Amino acid sequence: MTRALITGNAAAAWGARLAGAEYVPAFPITPQTEIIETLAGWIDAGEMDCRLVTLESEHSMLTAAGAAASTGVRVFSATSSQGLLYGMEMIYAAPGNRAPFVLVNVSRGIQTPVTLEPDHNDVLATRDSGFLQLHCATCQEVLDSTLIAYRLAEDHRVRLPALVNLDGFYLSFTREPVDIPARTEVEKFLPPFNPETTRFHAGEPVSQGVVVLGGAYYSYFRYEQHLAAQRALEVYAEVAAEFEQEFGRRYDAVETYRSEDAEIVFFMIGSFSTKAKDAVDRLREAGQAVGLVRPRLLRPYPAEALRRALAGKQGVVVIDQNLSMGMGGVLHGELAGALYGQPGMPPVLASFIGGLGGRDIAAEEFYEMVEVTRKACQEGVTPPPRLLYTADELRQMRKLQAVAHAERREDAA
Amino acid sequence: MKDEAITVYKHMKDLPSSRLLGTGTPMCAGCGGLLAVHQAYDILGEKTVFVNAAGCMTLLAVYPYTPFRGSWLYTAMASAPAGAQGVRDALDIQLAKGRIQPEEDLQVVVLTGDGAAYGMGLSSTSSAIEHGLDFIYLCYDNEGYANTGQQSSPATPHGAKTATSTGAQGFGGHKKDLFAIWAAHRPAYVATVIATEPVDLARKIEKAKNLKGPRLIIALSPCPTGWDFDPQETVEIGRLAVKTGMWPLKEYENGRVTHTKVPPQRAPVEEYLERQGRFAHLFKPERNEAVLAEIQAGVDEYWAEVEKIND
Repeated sequence: MTRALITGNAAAAWGARLAGAEYVPAFPITPQTEIIETLAGWIDAGEMDCRLVTLESEHSMLTAAGAAASTGVRVFSATSSQGLLYGMEMIYAAPGNRAPFVLVNVSRGIQTPVTLEPDHNDVLATRDSGFLQLHCATCQEVLDSTLIAYRLAEDHRVRLPALVNLDGFYLSFTREPVDIPARTEVEKFLPPFNPETTRFHAGEPVSQGVVVLGGAYYSYFRYEQHLAAQRALEVYAEVAAEFEQEFGRRYDAVETYRSEDAEIVFFMIGSFSTKAKDAVDRLREAGQAVGLVRPRLLRPYPAEALRRALAGKQGVVVIDQNLSMGMGGVLHGELAGALYGQPGMPPVLASFIGGLGGRDIAAEEFYEMVEVTRKACQEGVTPPPRLLYTADELRQMRKLQAVAHAERREDAA
Repeated sequence: MKDEAITVYKHMKDLPSSRLLGTGTPMCAGCGGLLAVHQAYDILGEKTVFVNAAGCMTLLAVYPYTPFRGSWLYTAMASAPAGAQGVRDALDIQLAKGRIQPEEDLQVVVLTGDGAAYGMGLSSTSSAIEHGLDFIYLCYDNEGYANTGQQSSPATPHGAKTATSTGAQGFGGHKKDLFAIWAAHRPAYVATVIATEPVDLARKIEKAKNLKGPRLIIALSPCPTGWDFDPQETVEIGRLAVKTGMWPLKEYENGRVTHTKVPPQRAPVEEYLERQGRFAHLFKPERNEAVLAEIQAGVDEYWAEVEKIND
């Protein structure tokens, strides 16, 4: 084991290297590119026994990833934002082949308008695909989740591809101290890839991805994927326990922070949850019973663990770094679905949309969200969803609009 | 030609009688594409994995049946060559590590229609050729999106009536030159074939099989439903495609294009066109002399160019 100060992207690359990934179909996109550059550097230097091929698009990249996994090798790939969307057809196609591989997504907001900075609309667009989803908050978690993702995806009871998500910029380009285990340690936790029955080679013909005629046959195969994804919940618990035993770091499907005796908790995913933790500490110092509940595993959805973590709370501050147009926050809707009608669940789920396109969430805003939620609890009325946006930000926006209008008038003149 | 000496397919009687492709597929009666696939498969053999893109032939493998003795992977309409890349690379990785033995290796064959080969799949095709990928691309070219009811595709010939070009002039565009697009990438091999010239087809598949690198076979595939003719006419229409010079049989290798079957006296294109409902509007209610002359001129020009190069 060595300890080094590395970026989230480097941590993802280390995850792939330590997992013994044999094949990396690649395509560059900001803010992910450093991952494939790092892997390419190791391969060129002879430090990693792996083949990296740059395809001409993410659609082809994901096709090659699925095809190679179906042929019997351990596959790793990485993308972000528009790339994830460009490959979306294959994101939905791959799980049905039941040939597992790991894909890292470095979250970045999607167009229009174009941005390089993060939010979660890209990764949440894949939520119904059949890919398992692990969401990271620290660079250490990125490395560890990549290893856990392989074990989970390749388990005989699961056999589905897995996606590990980290936020662009906030994690991808942020250096944190990371424990990098030795390959020999990892090999004890993650045995070599077992392709099971799907492995193209002469002598044992296989047909993959074939047509079915009839809704009942289709339903059967689709439901099988759903059941496999659900089984991943219990498998995750086993794998996480083994990981803790091997490496001493614990990753529950749902992380809880000072939430046991909390009246109000933050609910969110990703790197901004570390900001929420800081806010929890400050609020605790001020005598407020506040905590954090963060699902690491978003697919399968850890509904039971969430109900356990949230039972008896007065209110939940749900922070969505995504926006489902015409509906609101995706996490909020899913959480409401998991809690509704169950005994002892918090009566108030307050919805906040924030952190879109890398927009920061300030400490004061965390405090304010708790205040709004506490008031709602007292009044027994759930507040309408809110966008985190300050008067100053609106002023800045108006300034840009004024410039744009002035420029247009000048052009017309 | 020096390859005459090495080929085992000189006459019809030399063709394999193995018939590896199973019967009972859902292809239409008289499908010219299926004829080409079964002839090619007999020569490629069962140590193959077909990587398929969306099209008519996607319906060959319907759970739990397959007509193939070997393997099959359906990908998507745009990315069968990328699927071939993943399979080939994974086979090579395992061969290098001794996880599979050389006798377990497979020939990777992309099988798509013209919609994927001429259009949606060109980006991934170009990438595969540029990588020098060791694979065969077998395109059954029925000159339209036949599986969805023959809408015009980038392979539709000028003047043809399709489900999306129903006007008096037929399809206004011109068939894309996929052979030239491939040849411009300088791959190992490119050839045009048609199932109604089985010896020529067999020799080209044989040659492709023995080469390494990117190899393309384009099989013109007379399509009774899409081209609107009686299924029993498939063979005759295929022969006329060659006899009229509409479908030149040729191959590209080492930077050179060779015509493998030059029709000695080309029949007028009308003989080919008038037997197909998709060109009926060029003859009835009155002859569309302009379009007919344009099609004939295109063919004449092509062969004049060939003769000039050969002289």
